[in-house]
Amino acid sequence: MKGKKKSAVVRYNRWGYIFLIPFMVVFVVFQLIPLVTTVYNSFFENFMSGLKQVGPNFIGFKNYIQLLTQGDLLKYFLNTMIMWILGFVPQIILSLLLGSWFTNPQLKLKFQRFFKTVIYLPNLIMASAFAMLFFTLFAKTGPINSILVGMGLFKEPYDFMAHVGSVRGLVAFMNCLMWFGNTTILLMAGMMGISDSLYEAAEVDGATPTQIFWKVTIPLLKPIFIYVVITSLIGGLQMFDVPQILTNGTGDPMRSSMTLIMYLNKHLYSKNFGLAGALSVLLLVLTAILSAIVFRVTAKDEVK
Amino acid sequence: MKKRMMSLVSMALIGAMVLPNAAFAEEAADEGKVLNIQVWNEEFKSRITDHYPGYEAVDETHGKIGDVDVVWTITPSDDNAYQNNLDSILPGNVDAAADDKVDIFLIEADYALKYVDADVNVAMTMEDLGITDEDLGKQYTYTQDIVRDADGKLRASSWQACSAGLIYNREIAKEVLGTDDPDEVQEFVKDWDTYNETAAKMADAGYKMAATVNDTYRVYSNNVSAPWVQDGKVVLDDNIKKWVDDSKTAVDNNETTTAELWSDDWAKGFFPEGKVFCYFGPAWFFNFSMHGDEEGSVGHDGGWGLVTGPQGFYWGGTWICAAQGTDNPTLVKDIILTMTTDNDVMKEIAQADSDCVNNKEVLEELAADESGNLAILGGQNPYEMLAAGAELVDMSNTSPYDQGCNEEFQGAMKNYFDGNATYEEALAQFNTAIVEKYPELVTE
Repeated sequence: MKGKKKSAVVRYNRWGYIFLIPFMVVFVVFQLIPLVTTVYNSFFENFMSGLKQVGPNFIGFKNYIQLLTQGDLLKYFLNTMIMWILGFVPQIILSLLLGSWFTNPQLKLKFQRFFKTVIYLPNLIMASAFAMLFFTLFAKTGPINSILVGMGLFKEPYDFMAHVGSVRGLVAFMNCLMWFGNTTILLMAGMMGISDSLYEAAEVDGATPTQIFWKVTIPLLKPIFIYVVITSLIGGLQMFDVPQILTNGTGDPMRSSMTLIMYLNKHLYSKNFGLAGALSVLLLVLTAILSAIVFRVTAKDEVK
Repeated sequence: MKKRMMSLVSMALIGAMVLPNAAFAEEAADEGKVLNIQVWNEEFKSRITDHYPGYEAVDETHGKIGDVDVVWTITPSDDNAYQNNLDSILPGNVDAAADDKVDIFLIEADYALKYVDADVNVAMTMEDLGITDEDLGKQYTYTQDIVRDADGKLRASSWQACSAGLIYNREIAKEVLGTDDPDEVQEFVKDWDTYNETAAKMADAGYKMAATVNDTYRVYSNNVSAPWVQDGKVVLDDNIKKWVDDSKTAVDNNETTTAELWSDDWAKGFFPEGKVFCYFGPAWFFNFSMHGDEEGSVGHDGGWGLVTGPQGFYWGGTWICAAQGTDNPTLVKDIILTMTTDNDVMKEIAQADSDCVNNKEVLEELAADESGNLAILGGQNPYEMLAAGAELVDMSNTSPYDQGCNEEFQGAMKNYFDGNATYEEALAQFNTAIVEKYPELVTE
C-alpha cells in the first residue's frame, strides 16, 4: 500500500520535470550558454579590424587589467549612479505619494482607473522613441527653446545637449517619467496588502495621517520597497537606451552622461568580444555587490 | 563599346515589349533570377529607376529587369548599421543560397578601403567582371585610386565625381558683400584668413558664416599632408589642428554653431529664416540635401551660388561593387558599365539630378553650353569648376581608419568648442574613443 502510493507520487513528479523542459531549454540556450561564453571570451584578445579578424588569442586577465587601469570605468559607473539617483529619488517620492492617495479609502478618489492607466502609459512607449522625442523637443531650435525664448525667460536658445546638468537632468527626468507609474502600481499592491484593521486601529488611537503613513504604511511596505529598490538599481545599472539616443551614443558633454552599458556598446564597433566580455563580467560582480548592500541595509531585520 | 551597349539596350527594350524574358535569357541563361542590391539610402535606387534602361519598379523595394527580380535592401548608415550588415553577410556570400546572394553593394569614400582590400576579397575586381581600364577611361583618376587594392586592381566604380565647393546664399552675399557674382564672392573666401574676416562681417550682420563647425571640417581634412594613421599610430595633422583653432574662434565669436551635420539645427540654413551664409558640398549635395524641391527653401528659388572656397576638397561619392559570389555577373557588369561609363545615361543623370558625373567627356559637354546650368544655383553652370576640382583631388592620404577618426575627432572637439573641456581634454577623449573603435591602434 505504502509503496504503491510512493510510485504514484514519483509518476506525478515526472510531469513537473516535463513541464520544466521548455523553461530549461530557453534558459540554457539564451542565458546560461551566453553567460558562460561571456566569461570564457573575456580571457581572449578577439576583435575585428575592418573585415579582418584579430585573435582569438588567450591573454589571461589582461582585459580586466586594461579596463581597471586604463579606461574610465569609475567615471562611467559614477555617471550611471548619478543619473539613476537623480531619477529614482523623485520617482519613489512621487510613487509613494500617489500610491498612498490611491489606496487611502478616506479620500474616495474618483476616476482611479483612468489615472492609474494614465500614469502607467509613459512606460508603454519605447524608451528610444521617448528619447528621440525629447531630443527633438529640447534641440537648440526645438519647441521648448522657442517657448522659453518666446516667454522671455531666455535671451537666446539654450543648448540643452551641451551642458552636463541639463543632459543628466533630462535623462533622469525621462527615466522618472517612464518608471514612476510602474513603481506606483507595485507600491500600491504592497499597500493594499496591509490590513485595513491596522489603519482603523491607528485612527482610533488618534494618529494623524502623517503618522499613519510613517509608522504603519512604510514599515509594512518594506518587503515590496526592497524589491522596488533592487530591481530599479539593476535597471539603473543597465541604463542604456535613453542616454544613448539622447546623446547620439556619444555620452557628451565629455562623456559625462555615458553609462556603463553605453561604454560596453562602444566595444561593439570592433566586435571586441574580449574586452566587452570582461566588462560584462565586472558589471555582473558590481550588480551582485550593490544588490547585496541594498538588501543588507534595508532588510536588516529580515536577514536576522 | 557604345554600339554594343546600345544594341543591348535596344534588345532589352524590344524584349520587354515583344518577347518578355528574351533579352537576358540569351546572354545570362544560367544566371540568377534575383538581383540583390545592398544600399543605405534611396539615391542609387532612384538613379536606376530613372536612368537604367529596362528597369521597372514594382514597389518600394522591388523591381524587375527583364525576368530578373531586383530586390533592394536599404539599411541606413546610422550607428554603422549599413556596414555591420555588410560585414555579417559578405564574408559568407559565396556559399549563400542563389536567391539570397548579394550581387551589388555600394560603398562610400570614407570606408572604401575596408571593402576593396584584396585580402578580404568581398568585392570582385573589375577585371574579373570583364570590365577593362579602357571602359573606365573617361573616369577621373581619384575615383579609381581610392578603390584600387594593394595589387593595383580596381574593385569598384562610381558614377559621381565628388569634388566640392563652397555654396553660398546669394541674398546674403548681396546684402553683406554687395555682390552675388561667383568670381567676386570667391575673393571674400579665397583662403582661410579672408574667410574668417568675412565670417566676422556675417556675424555683425546677424548671419552665421556656416551652419556648424563640421561643415568646414572636410575642407581641412582633405588637405592634410599625411594620413590619419601611420604605422599603426594615430597622428594629428597640422591642417586638422588649424580646423580646431579656426573653429574655436568662430564658435566663440558666434559665427557658427556646434550642431551635428544632418541635424535639424544644421539644416535650417536651407531656408531663409536659418540665416546661414554658406555650406560646403559637392554636386550630390544640391540634389540630395538642400531641400531644393520644397517651396520656401533657398534652393527652390535658385538662391544658391557655387565657388571654389578657401581650399579645394571632395566629399563622399558612391561606388558600386560587384559582390564576390554574385550569380548575376553579366547583369552586374552591364549595370556598372551603363551607370558609370555610358555618356548618354550619365548626361541624363547630370541634368535630371544635378549630379556631377564621373565622366570627363560629359562634364566637358555640360560645361561648354547652357545644358549644364542648374536651377538651384540660380542658373550658374558649376561643371567647369567641378571638373577642374575633380582633376586635383588627391587620395594619397586616405587610410582605412578615416571614417572612425573623422567622426570621433569632430565629436570630441565639440566639447572643446562648447566650452565643456580644454583642448587637451577633448584630445584625450578622442584618443580614448579611437582605441575603443580600433583596438589595434596606438595614440600619440
